[in-house]
Amino acid sequence: MPKDGGIGAPTRRREDVRFLTGTGQYCDDMNMFGQTAAVFARSTVANGVIKSIDTSAAEAMPGVLAVFTGEDFVEVGGNPAGWLINSRDGTPMHEPKRPVLAHGKVRHVGDAYAAVIAETIEQAKDAVEAIEADIEELPAIVNMKDALAADHFVHDEIGTNQCFDWGWIEDNRAATDAAIKGAHHVTTLELVNNRLVPNAMEPRCSMAQYNRANDEYVLHTTSQNPHLTRLLISAFVLGIPENKLTVIAPDVGGGFGSKIYHYGEEALVLAAAKKIGRPVKWTADRTEAFLTDAHGRDHVTKIELALDKDGNFLAFRTETMANVGAYLSNFSTATPTFLHGTLMAGNYTVPNVYVNVKAVFTNTAPVDAYRGAGRPEATFSLERVIDKAAREIGMDPIELRRKNFIKPDQYPFASAAGLEYDSGNYDALMDQMEKVADMAGFEARRKASEKKGKLRGFGVNAYIEACGIAPSNLVGVLGSRVGLYDAATVRVNATGNLSVMVGAHSHGQGHETAFPQVVAEMLGIDPQSIDIVHGDTSKIPFGMGTYGSRSLAVCGSAVVRATEKIINKAKKIAAHMLEASDGDIELKDGVFSVAGTDKSVTFGEVALKAYIPHEFPLEDIEPGLEETAFYDPANFTYPSGAYCCEVEVDPDTGKVTVESMTAVDDFGNVINPMIVTGQVHGGLGQGIGQALLENTTYDENGQLLSASYMDYVMPRADDLPFYTVDHSQGNACTHNPLGVKGCGEAGAIGSPPTVVNAVIDALQSGGKNVTHIDMPMTPHRVWSAMQNA
Amino acid sequence: MYAFDIERPATVAEAVAALSNEDAQALGGGQTLIPTLKQRLASPEKLVSLTGVAEMKGISSAGGILTVGGGTTHDDVAADGSYKALSELAANIGDPAVRSRGTIGGSIANNDPSACYPAAALGSGATIVTNEREIAADDYFVGMFETALGEGEIITAVKFPIPEKANYQKFVQPASRFALVGVFVAKTADGVRVAVTGASNEGVHRWSAAEEALSKDFSAGALDGLTVSADDLIADLHGSAEYRAHLVSVMTKRAVAAAS
Repeated sequence: MPKDGGIGAPTRRREDVRFLTGTGQYCDDMNMFGQTAAVFARSTVANGVIKSIDTSAAEAMPGVLAVFTGEDFVEVGGNPAGWLINSRDGTPMHEPKRPVLAHGKVRHVGDAYAAVIAETIEQAKDAVEAIEADIEELPAIVNMKDALAADHFVHDEIGTNQCFDWGWIEDNRAATDAAIKGAHHVTTLELVNNRLVPNAMEPRCSMAQYNRANDEYVLHTTSQNPHLTRLLISAFVLGIPENKLTVIAPDVGGGFGSKIYHYGEEALVLAAAKKIGRPVKWTADRTEAFLTDAHGRDHVTKIELALDKDGNFLAFRTETMANVGAYLSNFSTATPTFLHGTLMAGNYTVPNVYVNVKAVFTNTAPVDAYRGAGRPEATFSLERVIDKAAREIGMDPIELRRKNFIKPDQYPFASAAGLEYDSGNYDALMDQMEKVADMAGFEARRKASEKKGKLRGFGVNAYIEACGIAPSNLVGVLGSRVGLYDAATVRVNATGNLSVMVGAHSHGQGHETAFPQVVAEMLGIDPQSIDIVHGDTSKIPFGMGTYGSRSLAVCGSAVVRATEKIINKAKKIAAHMLEASDGDIELKDGVFSVAGTDKSVTFGEVALKAYIPHEFPLEDIEPGLEETAFYDPANFTYPSGAYCCEVEVDPDTGKVTVESMTAVDDFGNVINPMIVTGQVHGGLGQGIGQALLENTTYDENGQLLSASYMDYVMPRADDLPFYTVDHSQGNACTHNPLGVKGCGEAGAIGSPPTVVNAVIDALQSGGKNVTHIDMPMTPHRVWSAMQNA
Repeated sequence: MYAFDIERPATVAEAVAALSNEDAQALGGGQTLIPTLKQRLASPEKLVSLTGVAEMKGISSAGGILTVGGGTTHDDVAADGSYKALSELAANIGDPAVRSRGTIGGSIANNDPSACYPAAALGSGATIVTNEREIAADDYFVGMFETALGEGEIITAVKFPIPEKANYQKFVQPASRFALVGVFVAKTADGVRVAVTGASNEGVHRWSAAEEALSKDFSAGALDGLTVSADDLIADLHGSAEYRAHLVSVMTKRAVAAAS
């Protein structure tokens, strides 16, 4: 390992110096000469017909440069869904146009129907108030069940509120039904996976420049994937040629999925910058973030688990309604289907799985992937119904899981939900969890809690997820309209330091530290001599960005492949310099040497030679030392874990406190354990937030009641316990060069069912026959459940 | 925020004069008004900042009465300690930023139905001192966001008789950390006062049945069997009226048990 940290070193994140000292450069930190401000007019009703919009008064306001309405974008394209889903009957999903600005109808509170460009934000806000919009309010469609039965529609042109009715795997349906029908025992659970607002620390921000001299645009925007954003704008929405549009996502303050997607505001500022010939910036305020960022989760599910008399799982059958909100966000159709249904076999040898998902349009904000994206929903359904089944059949919940786990000698394992798991050892994870969580001491801790008048519960969970998204050939067959490879360019500079241009985008994941560790390990050089370049389409190769815990598994693999090419070429140069055969050259600790001799040149000397190619074998080797690789994975990666937690419930108030949380994960090989631990911590905070606190509530009129931090509960430090995080039980991924699996989402996937299982255990220990409480388990909900038990 | 003028008077007299303009509005610590302005939900032409009025700041104690200037911050009340239950209450309002700016006068003038200070004032039987008069807390709190204050009237101080024992228990609304239900209990030679905040559509109010029971027997057990009607209590996404009614009992018992 290089002295300052190669693979496996807990190196401190180099990017934190700027993040923690206020020297980062976020979109809104940047200001351009002649910059103007965009402010949007947004619907205050959830469903309404736009009768007329009179902008004349607004246009006459001081400082106003332009006013746009939906009428201005009728000729341009819509923002597309990235994944085509076919219904069970073979018909394609309904895909209504998502315009830059609402036209004809507004479909959710916050839907933008006009925009003002002015010299200052305050002038633009004043002008927005002067826009006279005659919008006739219609009854809002909010509840999914009501939406499916309604005779009026979010999108009138499709004549239904059902986007699709998907079956997975349709051919398994009859066998699953039969297995359930003939089972010794069937456990049924109806549950809600609550809608979440992403709440990235940095609200969305987009700033566009247009240069009429060369017809070029530059868009600075808060994106997790600048190339994808450019592709969507170029190929689908505005038609700006890709070579005329640069998209730059500089420092981005968190995304959690919500900044994967292209949003209309990005298109608006580009069009406006061209029209007025000056830079245009828009920065969301927190209310806009609540109302218009793509939300997460929002499933209503009925799940059944069939067991034989010994507790062997025979079948899982699921019916889910998935809310897609008012418009299809880019990955909204993939999240409840292929990122959810394919995981419904969990960690288990269950032979039959059938999943039905109905996606439903409602007059609410669009819903899309949010940290975990479909996999938390799958894990929650499975691990809750398994826990309920254990109580019903009188078996210990850990024993029931172990009984049905896939065993280490069964890999590769073809799951009943259609995936091929490459590696894992779920019993070993559970063993380690029982050890580090001091399960043996639980009864004593329970007694101590009871002495204080509190109920103590223990909850357990096993999860598997599919990360490293994704093999392009596979997802193509499944309906994806994009490939999901990634790319890296390794540029060795003449003086021997490196710039590594990557398609992944770092917005909290620590790529700027972890990726150099990989390259440094391979080359045997100081990681401080390696810098990562990301987020700028004019500098980086065409990569697909960061989501689905894919950056290291997919883009990191591209970095490895590009570095291998560098090594191969460098060896040829070294062989020439050393007058040896390149097959005899060895690379160790940054030095190329001829095997069995003391002849050597350093990596730096080779780099210099590549760029000052005097006496160079130009007939065999090109000058320069720069290589690009695209990497398309052979399979998903399959991180898995065993989680447990202990909670205390105050029986007088229903308040739940999480006393401990243990996460034992198999992430395969670990490049930087400190970053991995931090990623798990973040995920656990979000998962506990979902389980106990975060309550996204629309009223019957489609007004978002929890639209500010006065009502939407973000987890704070004192809501969370100290965590025990362990990733000692890694089983290397078998198909990528680093053997890594991905860690970004695990905590948010594994923790919600763990917490709910623990609360149910606590209540049952207090003699309350409560079998389920929907998330978030607010004090009021827990108390109410106890009253009714 | 819309444009406005701001005046920074140095004395109560100057502040009163500045507020005589009908479009002027007093600005205390700004913990409610500033966010409201930022949302463009209010458009006063002139703000009269009270933070420079020295005579409205500070805490003094004499003859069993604690006098807290209307412009005194929560932090300063928290640090004082001579009325323990009041200082503990102040120490748990909001977060450090709120406590370093927010003032007792601002809180009591605003009379948010979920604020903490109104419970302390009503529970202690405090007197609200304005530039014009002294108002007993029982007469001062009229309803949700409603008080006995007249136009341009400024709270210059709040006088708290220091009880034998007192305690405030707050069950927080988890997002805002205002009181979902807060109960202030004070035991004095004249009896017990119980003030409830957060629960009612009418704002802070006294729970007379509990006061009666506790005046006879100041113990949590004295409240056994006493329940609060859910009628006219607040119901929202954080809790039903029934839940709040239940919490009133629980928090009152806890306050009695913790009173010192």
